[in-house]
Amino acid sequence: MFGMEFYVDPSRCIGFQACLKACEECDTHRGISMINFDFVDRKESIASAAYVCWHCENPTCAQVCPADAIKKYEDGIVGSSLKPRCIGCSNCVLACPFGIPKLVPEYEQMMKCDMCYDRTSVGKRPMCATVCPSQALTYVAPETIAATRREKPVNTFWFGNQKIITKVYMMAPADAGAIAIDVADYTWEGEHEVVPQGF
Amino acid sequence: MAKAPLSLDELAGRYGPHLNYLPPGGWHGNSGHQPEKLVKTHCCFCGQQCGIQLKVRDNHVIGFEPWEEFPFNRGMLCPKGVKRYLQGNHPDRLLDPLMRTGEGFRPAAWDEALDFTARRLRELQERYGPDSVAVYGGASLTTEKAYLMGKFARVALGTRHIDYNGRLCMVSAGTAYKGALGVDRAPNPWSDIPAAEVIMVIGANIGECAPITTDYIWRARDKGAKLIVADPRFTPIARNADLFLPVRPGTDLALLMAMLHVIIRDGLTDRDFIEAHTTGFEKTAESVEPWNPRRAAEVTGVAPDAIERAAHLVGESRRAMLMHARGLEHHSKGVENCEAVVAIALVTGNIGREGAGPIMVTGQGNGQGGREHGQKCDQLPGQRSLTDPAARQHVAGVWGISPDELPGPGYTAVEIMNAIHSGEIKGLFSICFNPLVSLPDANFTREALERLEFFGIVDFFLSETAVHADVVLAGSLQEEEEGVTANTEGRVIHIRKAVDPPGNARTDSDIVCDLARRLGRGQYFPFREPREIFEELRLASRGGIADYYGITYEKIDQQMGVFWPCPTLEHPGTPRLFENGRFFHPDGKAHLMNLAWRESGDPVDAEFPIYLTTGRVVSQYLSGAQTRRIGALVDQYPDPKLEIHPRLAEQCGIRAGDWVTVTSRRAAITLEAMVVRTIRPDTVFVPYHWPRDRSANLLTHRTLDPRSKIPEYKVSACRIEKAAGPPEWARERRPQLAQGGRA
Repeated sequence: MFGMEFYVDPSRCIGFQACLKACEECDTHRGISMINFDFVDRKESIASAAYVCWHCENPTCAQVCPADAIKKYEDGIVGSSLKPRCIGCSNCVLACPFGIPKLVPEYEQMMKCDMCYDRTSVGKRPMCATVCPSQALTYVAPETIAATRREKPVNTFWFGNQKIITKVYMMAPADAGAIAIDVADYTWEGEHEVVPQGF
Repeated sequence: MAKAPLSLDELAGRYGPHLNYLPPGGWHGNSGHQPEKLVKTHCCFCGQQCGIQLKVRDNHVIGFEPWEEFPFNRGMLCPKGVKRYLQGNHPDRLLDPLMRTGEGFRPAAWDEALDFTARRLRELQERYGPDSVAVYGGASLTTEKAYLMGKFARVALGTRHIDYNGRLCMVSAGTAYKGALGVDRAPNPWSDIPAAEVIMVIGANIGECAPITTDYIWRARDKGAKLIVADPRFTPIARNADLFLPVRPGTDLALLMAMLHVIIRDGLTDRDFIEAHTTGFEKTAESVEPWNPRRAAEVTGVAPDAIERAAHLVGESRRAMLMHARGLEHHSKGVENCEAVVAIALVTGNIGREGAGPIMVTGQGNGQGGREHGQKCDQLPGQRSLTDPAARQHVAGVWGISPDELPGPGYTAVEIMNAIHSGEIKGLFSICFNPLVSLPDANFTREALERLEFFGIVDFFLSETAVHADVVLAGSLQEEEEGVTANTEGRVIHIRKAVDPPGNARTDSDIVCDLARRLGRGQYFPFREPREIFEELRLASRGGIADYYGITYEKIDQQMGVFWPCPTLEHPGTPRLFENGRFFHPDGKAHLMNLAWRESGDPVDAEFPIYLTTGRVVSQYLSGAQTRRIGALVDQYPDPKLEIHPRLAEQCGIRAGDWVTVTSRRAAITLEAMVVRTIRPDTVFVPYHWPRDRSANLLTHRTLDPRSKIPEYKVSACRIEKAAGPPEWARERRPQLAQGGRA
């Protein structure tokens, strides 16, 4: 949908899995959910998180695909694998830094979120972001997010030395710049420069 | 006789519960075709009544599409809403009336089943008196059906015993609000919530039981609102709480009285508001005077300074909302609990404005509308009292009978079951109620059902209770009959018919009207369609508290719902109550109450030292008669688990995944342990959606609130011990999957 972007805010997630159930109902992959969902550590807390594909500017999954089965469209959406091309090798499953692609054995094919291309390309919102009862997954205009949320949308991620810019935004504390995963990035090891941190 | 047939396994083979995973025709069959139409209607599960569009093809509901224009939920749904469409084409659906045989049930023709039902009910009444038969209704019925059941009991059968499963749900709040404010409805539309500065959620698992309300609370937080959550469990909504109060089960009243104590002690009251708009402040002040935070802390297990902070957060704000649900109501002092919440709102002037008010969060689908028009044992349409001569005159006039023919108030739901058990009530006609799973002390309920001389039931699936029936009349799902419901805000909304009932099943109101004709009272039930029932309901409610006279189906569609009261056709409805500080009592004032502490009816002691509390999970609804048949929802939470804190688990030698036997003063069940830090260490939790030897309600007790007659589900005493091995139900595991669904 023109002018809309996808935002993920795990701090709003309450673990209902409405996203997962609604994703199954989508007309293009009926019965199979493309949502990555987990309770972080149910013994310790009720914290849960639901993710869609982050739709990288420079998608690692497509780079490592030996069959050229993963395409990025003009609007920045990275599609699920193309059935005639996918050889089910799992390269993408192993390479994606976010752990998004899944090999679906019954189709011998990698399947992942394509941000409901059938819906978003005709002006509808993705199924998961439409139904999400806590709007942890939300699909709105950037002005709306800026006007309504205290958190700040971030789409730059550091995985060690790999910098990844994504189409989907993570809602981070207001003073966050980029999100880095490597603890080493937070440690002080002398006077040389480290990745700037928000928290 | 209403004993369950011997072959329960055979019954399960035919009637389930089976798990349905697939839309009609399967994922890749006909369901891939475009729907013929999208029907704008509402979810059948829970009091939120989210707007949803059902995809319909060949008289089957084949899927859903979000309805983003409906203002309450704007397309949002929980897993239950997403998957609710899988009921219509379910292999367990009852397609014919069933008559009991020696071994089970046989399909019967409608004439035989209805004539038999009418004859047996009349025989019992002639032999034992008119009040020897009782009627059970339910709060998932449309308002038309709920109205019809009240009229059916009083006019067709002439019994005074009609009550409904809402007695297990909202009645404590209803009694408290009616007593304090003069009306039984949440005072604010949900659109007021994001304007609040402080939101206190007490005894309400908003996340799992009122899912889309989460978004309203998160939006308030986006604007800087503070969130206080009081609960024995760290429920999902607590994850962003600014203040979490881990209140011990059964002690909410002490917490609330201490908050009132601090608010009054520290001068945080709104004296002008109290003076102008309330009576009884001195009574309340006097009753909370001994409840200083230190004393309350010892009772509740909440730190004194946390109580002080909560009181100051609420008391210093003039935009505070206090939201509560079953966690506050399911107590033998449930009414006092709710009165205390209302009192906090009143003494701080937090009522009748955007962002300010006490909010009861309705649980059942039509929990609000189902309790407004005469399905309750003491009530006539329009929230009128059955003992009020003027009300009797008015409704008798609409019905074309003499007021003298109207029976007086009867027993409440649990009291009806008690009277069946004692032999006072011999016959039962029930719809939309599964008491064997949902009433407390399930062994008692089973004994009672087995003593019935006649039991007729209307249902779309063969519920655990229906197994005990002599006749099962194959009824309709919500999407198979037009009508209205009122959501948790008091917004009256339009349930559109999407499909016809399958097979020889009939719509509920058609069945009830036909039965009334066969009871010789057809002239009072001439309704050909629900719209005609609604037209009569409008007149019957006219001038009452819940006045629907100005509401029509067309007006609902135009306005996306109409909030009652709506006294004239020109009236836009009333989204927010008490805006002018005027309450619904004749004196126009809100009435503050004396609050008195009592212990629970099933106290802990040396033998039963642990608190047991029960509740819901997000993927199941009420007794599970519907949601335990939907594969994706069962997979999300297949069996009840025992939530237990690691400290208590360690004391008892229990590890995650162990089988644990929970024993109360009534029964014992064995469940899998779920060891979590998100519950008080002196408390265990079991969800209640399952039947038989997995049923939390085998453990609960039948103590009632003396005024609302709600059972005390939220606190029982128990002990726990590690079991030698899995129970029988776990060794059997799942029934076979329906339609070749995925495991």
